Amino acid sequence: MNRIEQKLQEDKKILSIYFSAGFPNLNDTASMIQELEKNGVDLIEIGLPFSDPLADGPTIQASSTAALQNGMTTQILFDQLKDIRKTVSIPLIIMGYFNPMLQYGVEAFCQKCAEIGIDGLIIPDLPVAVYAEEYKAIFDKYGLINIFLITPQTSDERIRFIDSVSSGFIYMVSSASVTGSSAGFGNVQEDYFKRIADMNLKNPQIVGFGINNAETFNQATQYAKGAIIGSAFIKHLSEEGSGKIADFVKTVR
Amino acid sequence: MSYNVDEKGYYGQFGGAYIPEMLYPNVEELRQQYLKIMAEPDFKAEFDQLLKDYVGRPSPLYFAKRLSEKYNTKIYLKREDLNHTGAHKINNTIGQILVAKKLGKKRIIAETGAGQHGVATATVCALMGLECIVYMGEIDIARQAPNVARMKMLGAEVRAALSGSRTLKDATNEAIRDWINNPVDTHYIIGSAIGPHPYPDMVTRFQSVISEEIKWQLKEKEGRENPDYVVACIGGGSNAAGTFYHFLHEPEVGIVAVEAAGKGVNSGHSAATSKLGKVGIIHGCKTLLMQTPDGQITEPYSISAGLDYPGVGPMHAHLAETGRAEFFSVTDDEAMKAGLELCKLEGIIPAIESSHALAVLNDKKFKPEDVVVICLSGRGDKDLNTYIDYFKY
Repeated sequence: MNRIEQKLQEDKKILSIYFSAGFPNLNDTASMIQELEKNGVDLIEIGLPFSDPLADGPTIQASSTAALQNGMTTQILFDQLKDIRKTVSIPLIIMGYFNPMLQYGVEAFCQKCAEIGIDGLIIPDLPVAVYAEEYKAIFDKYGLINIFLITPQTSDERIRFIDSVSSGFIYMVSSASVTGSSAGFGNVQEDYFKRIADMNLKNPQIVGFGINNAETFNQATQYAKGAIIGSAFIKHLSEEGSGKIADFVKTVR
Repeated sequence: MSYNVDEKGYYGQFGGAYIPEMLYPNVEELRQQYLKIMAEPDFKAEFDQLLKDYVGRPSPLYFAKRLSEKYNTKIYLKREDLNHTGAHKINNTIGQILVAKKLGKKRIIAETGAGQHGVATATVCALMGLECIVYMGEIDIARQAPNVARMKMLGAEVRAALSGSRTLKDATNEAIRDWINNPVDTHYIIGSAIGPHPYPDMVTRFQSVISEEIKWQLKEKEGRENPDYVVACIGGGSNAAGTFYHFLHEPEVGIVAVEAAGKGVNSGHSAATSKLGKVGIIHGCKTLLMQTPDGQITEPYSISAGLDYPGVGPMHAHLAETGRAEFFSVTDDEAMKAGLELCKLEGIIPAIESSHALAVLNDKKFKPEDVVVICLSGRGDKDLNTYIDYFKY
């Protein structure tokens, strides 16, 4: 069983953290992952930086740009993660846009992920249909889970379809927005969380976008299996550097 | 072979809709509706009437006598520069605003580089009384001040794209982010033959009025519908798509596409995507694009703000790959000289984009009996400062 599936069977709410690899410093990647695990984070999304991150708000755009300026590349990230499984046992996901993976070669990319011990990928601009037709066989060959997104605008019919082709979990985008909006959750989100919970999907859901503190984490996980924090964590890194990760995790739970 | 889009949204290996799930409902709605809407009689009637009475179509097909003498061939200019707002861009914005109305959208967003598409979008929004927000790179806002003012006079809000290189590529990213944030009431009017399917095809169809008119106009003047060559400049490729469309499957018509070489194809300051690009994903479609070996999108360069886009429309990538179109690249200097030559020989000041198409006359030898139609996609008013700086007038 894949580490993601195993983790999701645990009787707890999952806290997942996203960061842009190479930010704030090029070589923070491995120590950041170790530190997050040590502080009780359940799952980590390692952001592969991209020049044109369409689905991201200003915070993740800026960390992505800074990471690229620091010299981060796909190969360097793989090199940094080479020995990560000697020290880290929680599930690791690489989240990135499709073009850098395409240039590395999708099969070579997946093979490398498997070698390292990466458990899954999130590729916001690779549509479900294209994945199913062209790449699923490769992902399966290397035991990688590809995580798909749903949003408040996704129709029930499409949610059922995405659920049917998913494994691991479904990434539930909390509201119609790019990453990093911090308006909090109102009735609209509440209704949406409830609607999805009532659909009794085969895959658990983890909520992302707009989770920035204990309050939003608790609201989201009242209905869903877990929640993902990205921009708020990156903001913390920008202000405090990579030395105070424990402080941040404590503010969430 | 077909050069049109297939039922899955591809031109050969290029095209598709590589979009985040957040955009799926909007793009899918458009995909399901655009051909149906465009085929409705009342839509066609309104579109045709606006092109005639508001845009001023048909645009003339002008026999350029002195230019023809100089290059010893028969040159016709398709005068898109005489359209309302000064370029071909309005053909597409008229079409898309009518689609947006049919879809019940209340708010329009657009990206713009030099400002021509922004002005054309602001214009149709004023015409239809719809809210208009145009994203424009911070750097372009500074260097295209008159067009920024025009958009504001027309009632549009111009928002600066502050991310990345702060030019057209980033303005497009910001417009896409706006659409993600406003998925219900907003239509995104993309200005070029780029973006996720169905945009490249929809924009091409709205621009195809250019080649449709060339056919009957040439029949009147030359007794035949098909020229020997059609020539157009290419950034994203909307005027080229419209100029080529009705000739794609006429094998006797040579198709000539002219890209901006900037300071030279290998100078590191170029926008010659067909030569420098590799297959990748940009703004929702698979196409040729300029990028690092690591897949990061790079910043192109051209003296012409309308041609400095790091990708090219997927239809054109397919025309380049199959060899159906012959691709040339023209430097800043060659384009500027060709632009000035048209002023002196024909009394027409062309947009610098269109000057690139004209410059191919020095690179490709045409026969005296050849009929060559060049799309003069826009007028040079917007470029006066660049011309003045360059020629020190």
